[in-house]
Amino acid sequence: MIVLLGVLVVVLGFATRRNPLLVVAVAGIATGFLGGLSPGKVLAAFGTGFAGSRAVTIFAITLPVIGLLERYGLQEQARNVIARFSKLTTGRFLTLYLGLRQIGAAVGLTNVFGPAQTVRPLAVPMAEGAAERTYGGLPERTREKVRSFAASADNVGLFFGEDVFLAVGSILLITGFVNTTYGTHLEPLDLAMWAIPTAVCAFVVHGWRLLRLDRHLERELLTANAATAEVEAAQ
Amino acid sequence: MIKAEWFYWLVGLSFLVMAAQMVTDRSNPKRFGTAGFWGLIGAGFIYSSWVVTGQAPAEPLGAAVLVMAALAGFGCTGRGTPRTTTPQQRAAGAARLGDRLFVPALTIPVVAMVCAVGVKHLSFGGEPVLQEGSETILGLGLGAIAALAIGMIMLREKRVSVPVQSGRSLLEAMGWAMLLPQMLATLGTIFQVSGVGAQVGRLATSVLPKDSVYVAVVVYCVGMFLFTTVMGNAFAAFPVMTAAVGWPVLIGHFHGNPAAVLALGMLAGFCGTLVTPMAANFNLVPAALLELKDRYGPIKAQLPTAGVLLGCNIALMSLFAF
Repeated sequence: MIVLLGVLVVVLGFATRRNPLLVVAVAGIATGFLGGLSPGKVLAAFGTGFAGSRAVTIFAITLPVIGLLERYGLQEQARNVIARFSKLTTGRFLTLYLGLRQIGAAVGLTNVFGPAQTVRPLAVPMAEGAAERTYGGLPERTREKVRSFAASADNVGLFFGEDVFLAVGSILLITGFVNTTYGTHLEPLDLAMWAIPTAVCAFVVHGWRLLRLDRHLERELLTANAATAEVEAAQ
Repeated sequence: MIKAEWFYWLVGLSFLVMAAQMVTDRSNPKRFGTAGFWGLIGAGFIYSSWVVTGQAPAEPLGAAVLVMAALAGFGCTGRGTPRTTTPQQRAAGAARLGDRLFVPALTIPVVAMVCAVGVKHLSFGGEPVLQEGSETILGLGLGAIAALAIGMIMLREKRVSVPVQSGRSLLEAMGWAMLLPQMLATLGTIFQVSGVGAQVGRLATSVLPKDSVYVAVVVYCVGMFLFTTVMGNAFAAFPVMTAAVGWPVLIGHFHGNPAAVLALGMLAGFCGTLVTPMAANFNLVPAALLELKDRYGPIKAQLPTAGVLLGCNIALMSLFAF
């Protein structure tokens, strides 16, 4: 039971908003020692862990070109484009993005979209641009909300799309694990079929929430703009 | 054959170059700590190649990782004033270049797609062109390089230092969040070898009543959800929960349909990934990349969806798996 203290360190660390890197380092060291690893083994675990997980950081390779294009006005142009489609509100645009992300992941294109390659340079300026077209400038709080929802559309689309694809890591993990452990013969296709109902639920639920974001923006921004107008009138 | 390691070296090398720029950036009050942090990551990326093949010891890298965590954790890193364009210049750039700006940006996804679908099957002299199993990250890397080349030609930008500077600004803005996913992957491994998984499995079995299939379904799905929030990854939770509850109880005892039970169980775990800061690459890195003040913003946006979908998975499993 005592090894679970490491989990407690993580929960407490995140709850009290300590720096996550420190929290994870301390939890790792504590769990390693409680689990009977030698200091050398703990160090080696951190080393091999870093070396084996470099793939999650590979998106950094896209940062120079994204930064370069942003210098020349990529985000501004994304805003200009969305201004041409007056029917496309923030919520509708993000629902469209969610659908594309899901379909992309379902046919195995998980790295085609992503926070660095599509959300920051394209989806966020378009989602914000759609709201700005209707309401003018966005207050900080609203901007944060729109950006958070753009990030969420990317994640929900990825998670509940990728399992429909046969050759994705999680499906192969399931078949690999049960076929070797229990000597059965599960087909990836059967598992992928069972991912479809949840994928549909995910699109309906999150899409509905994204569409509701429009109403939230309307309420929040109309009152905010009315307040500014009153202040201006009083002056 | 194009290998994934080449791209890790490229990323490592660009971190090292950026670190060199950081040392000389006097606008950053913590320039030495920042440069040390990114320099160590860059060097670690390259050194890792030999750790993976077992030709170099992992302990020095582990020590370096702990130094990185300490540098960032004790506030020794910061950011300089980004040297970039003014909003007016950007608007002018957008007006002048128009939709052409999208060409390099869309090159990344298009090349990634072509690699994943087409180049994956090509081979040259009996060897596949792309290293097997790494096609998607190779596509991303190749796409980024192609996009940079197209962008620099199109924008008539001759200085390589300009994109490196721009990338460095983004990197400094993200800060320590960049390293967190790799740290968490390590924590998952340590949890596993120290027996945390086995303990959680024992806990789940101990609260499990043997007579109700619906309660067992809830224990399996909620267990996957909670375990994933702790580990940050459904892959770590799956073998444990399946060995404890999924296989022996739901499939063995109650004769559930294995494909339905296991697929929906995994998806219940994914709901956990949506709500945990432990899944840093999905939740905290985007917050940093989008420069959000509230780093839990994406989690808050995902929380209600995750809750409803957990319920959906439980309902689907209860209704259709038995």
